[in-house]
Amino acid sequence: MPVHLQGPWSPLLGRLSLHAIPYNNSIILFAFALAAVAAVAVIAPVLYFKKIPYLWREWITTVDHKKIGVMYIIVGLVMMFRGFFDGLMIRTQQVLADGPHSPHFLDALHGYIPPYHFDQIYSSHGTIMILFAVTPILTGLTNVIVPLQVGARDMAFPYLNAVSLWLTTVGAALVMVSLFVGDFSAAGWVGLIPLTELPFSPGVGVDYWIWAIQISSIGTTLNAVNMIATIVTMRAPGMTWLRLPIFTWTTLSTNIIGLTAFPVLGVALALLSADRYIGTHFFTAGQGGNLMLYTNLFWIWGHPEVYFLVLPAFGIFSEIIPTFSERPLFGYVTMVAATFAIGGISWLVWLHHFFTMGAGPAVNTFFSVATMFVGVPTGVKVFNWVFTIYRGRLRFDTPMLWCVGGLFLLLIGGLTGMMLAMPAIDYTVHNSVFVVAHFHCMVLLVAYAIFGAVTFWFPKVFGLQLDERSGKLFFWTFSIGTILVFVAMFGLGFMGETRRLDYLYDPQWLPLLIIQEIGIGFYSLSVLIFCWMLYVTLRHRHAHVEADPWGTSRTLEWLTHTPVPFYNFAVTPQVNARDELDWRRRGGMDRKLPDGYAPVHMPSNTMVPALIGLFAFGFGFGMIWRIWWMAGFSIVAVIVLVIARSFQKTPGYILSTDEITAMERRVEGSSIVAEQPSRPPLVEAEVH
Amino acid sequence: MAIPTHETSHATPDSVLWQPEVEAHDDLAARTLGFWLYMMSDALLFAGLFAAYGVLDHAYNTAGGPGARQIVHPLDGFWQTLAVMTSVFAFSLATVAMKMRSRPGVILYTSIALVLGLVFIGLEIADFRALIAQGAGPDRSGFLSAFFVLIATHGLHMVFGILWMLVMIVQVARSGFTEHIVARLLNLRLFWQFQASVWVCVYAFVYLRGAF
Repeated sequence: MPVHLQGPWSPLLGRLSLHAIPYNNSIILFAFALAAVAAVAVIAPVLYFKKIPYLWREWITTVDHKKIGVMYIIVGLVMMFRGFFDGLMIRTQQVLADGPHSPHFLDALHGYIPPYHFDQIYSSHGTIMILFAVTPILTGLTNVIVPLQVGARDMAFPYLNAVSLWLTTVGAALVMVSLFVGDFSAAGWVGLIPLTELPFSPGVGVDYWIWAIQISSIGTTLNAVNMIATIVTMRAPGMTWLRLPIFTWTTLSTNIIGLTAFPVLGVALALLSADRYIGTHFFTAGQGGNLMLYTNLFWIWGHPEVYFLVLPAFGIFSEIIPTFSERPLFGYVTMVAATFAIGGISWLVWLHHFFTMGAGPAVNTFFSVATMFVGVPTGVKVFNWVFTIYRGRLRFDTPMLWCVGGLFLLLIGGLTGMMLAMPAIDYTVHNSVFVVAHFHCMVLLVAYAIFGAVTFWFPKVFGLQLDERSGKLFFWTFSIGTILVFVAMFGLGFMGETRRLDYLYDPQWLPLLIIQEIGIGFYSLSVLIFCWMLYVTLRHRHAHVEADPWGTSRTLEWLTHTPVPFYNFAVTPQVNARDELDWRRRGGMDRKLPDGYAPVHMPSNTMVPALIGLFAFGFGFGMIWRIWWMAGFSIVAVIVLVIARSFQKTPGYILSTDEITAMERRVEGSSIVAEQPSRPPLVEAEVH
Repeated sequence: MAIPTHETSHATPDSVLWQPEVEAHDDLAARTLGFWLYMMSDALLFAGLFAAYGVLDHAYNTAGGPGARQIVHPLDGFWQTLAVMTSVFAFSLATVAMKMRSRPGVILYTSIALVLGLVFIGLEIADFRALIAQGAGPDRSGFLSAFFVLIATHGLHMVFGILWMLVMIVQVARSGFTEHIVARLLNLRLFWQFQASVWVCVYAFVYLRGAF
């Protein structure tokens, strides 16, 4: 019983028509031109150097966890750039639209963006930054690093890993398509209810938002299954639980959160789609629906999601700080305990996002106390890092700079979080930009950890170090931007500026708004420096890098060659200590190669995950535009593909001892990711 | 733990550092663990739906339409319960047959489980059709939305289980008991029993609680 829709609909194209393309909007035309130039800049060299077979063989059909991780990170960085551009537009609009005499450009009454368009921009900024930038980058980092840290050849389920990647990519692609075909949700990244209901958002914007998140979060859930199974079953001999690197511990905790939280988001969005597609009344104001049911379900996912993001960041700090302090991590066991305490408490605090719902003093008190309790394990972590630094032999390489900067953000974000945990304070600053500044400190802390991690592990994956000089410059410009934007924003919050304003009524806010805009200028500069850093790094790509380029790394991933060959470890290492590489180095054994090699079993490449992604995109697009044949065909195609693959015999292939020996010799001193040989797969045998 | 000195390190046997003989990880165990984890997420999905049902199962959520007392009868749910439980029993016999490496046994018992699953789905569809014919469809009220979506989500899981059984019957007939097929049969057993457990919750929470 599909609901009655406003506007035309045809069986062939659904709601899609030429009017869906906003060719008369100059801002979107500019964005389209930018995207087109970027696309040409990427595609032209691929065609010119005839790299399509290479891309197909080495990347699109790959099941190698490192390449999948790299692709996750690339998708995330591209989306982060888009999200940054949205942020730039929001800030610029606000500085232009302050007070009744503010200037106006283009179609806007104040500033340069009309309200409805502005609403879409902040909605996409939040959705993209959290779900399509930071989440994929962290997933990518864990994908690259965790199997290496536990001494495994790959993930537990390499094929499923590729499926997760492509589903996440589909979500990101849908968000990007919404920019040029139709529009995006104008109801905030949280999906403010009942604004997301069909009568109030009759367009396709909310549908884009729903299906982009729904499809990519299936990918995230599957990745969580994979990651937990990898950590539990694939550890190298001797890698006991209390020898696990902290980054792996935090990945385990974060993926337990991901596994249990994302289905709840799925339920919230599925019930909302039922309201929008078949006319149910879960969250409608009339007919017995309940608005706050949505808000609760959303934040039951939403708050664990925050820790889903921050725990890997804590893990990254815990890897980088000991490396550049040349000391073992202080309080390893308490660090593990704190990680899981944070993961556990993350389930008990969701209501603090809406104390103003009016649940009553008893409920608010419970969630207030639970929220403040998060400060205890987080405090333990901060002290552990500080005690690791204390009396260490400190080196301020770029990754370490990002970590120290991140610690300051954690302090500010954490302490303002404690303030917001008190309902009395929360009532006065609820929905103000004070809250926005608080959670930006927390999410930026994750971004700091990400930049630190990318710099730290870049040489391991690509065999060349990111340029230190421009890396440091990037850090400082980015940090100046952070300080200017968010210190001013805390002030504006206290002065009463609420969130999501396209027009600001108080001219007295202007000085602080200008400071924010200057900060945005620094951010923009830092983006250019980031690109410059990549360019300089590529120019010096022939510099040779050692297995452990930092010299003081501690964990297993630095033991194998740089760049990591596709089989990770020629021989599985035996783990003897918590910081295995450090232990070997101190015993003078870190360069000791194995005496001999044994055959290695590897999974074969497959095109099925990419095809599943293609059809998942078709399904999402069909559902969004209500092109029923397309959605139906695509979902049937996905099911047929999954079944067809289960009939395929895919036992992988074996690398013989001679091949491994030859490659181990060749890999020394090469500077590209080792390519996989193509060969016929094995024949599957019956179980005996 | 003791840190070896430089003198002893040169004499370190290779086996302290490398394990060339390490056996490939147990694929069957990893797949079973992975499937348990997937079911954990599925359990949370149903937890969310049950929570929504609990919130929307009040007099003011019926919007003047029928409430639980008017639309459920313990006997309707009872026949479905009987069908799903017998189906689980039949599939358990299939796994016993698998242990005995009997292809015909697996195919026979899986087919019985499949037919009983179809009976379950048939009863559910008949139930839904009757309700919609009375004007008590999912778009009638918040309560009925929760009722339909909760039960239909479980029904959808059952449909996928039936599809899975169909595939397994073909695969066992074609290739016998390879490692992949054994892993799939074991995971299907987990899946099917889990869906039966969810149905027990539905029967208790929706049918019995609603009727009495």
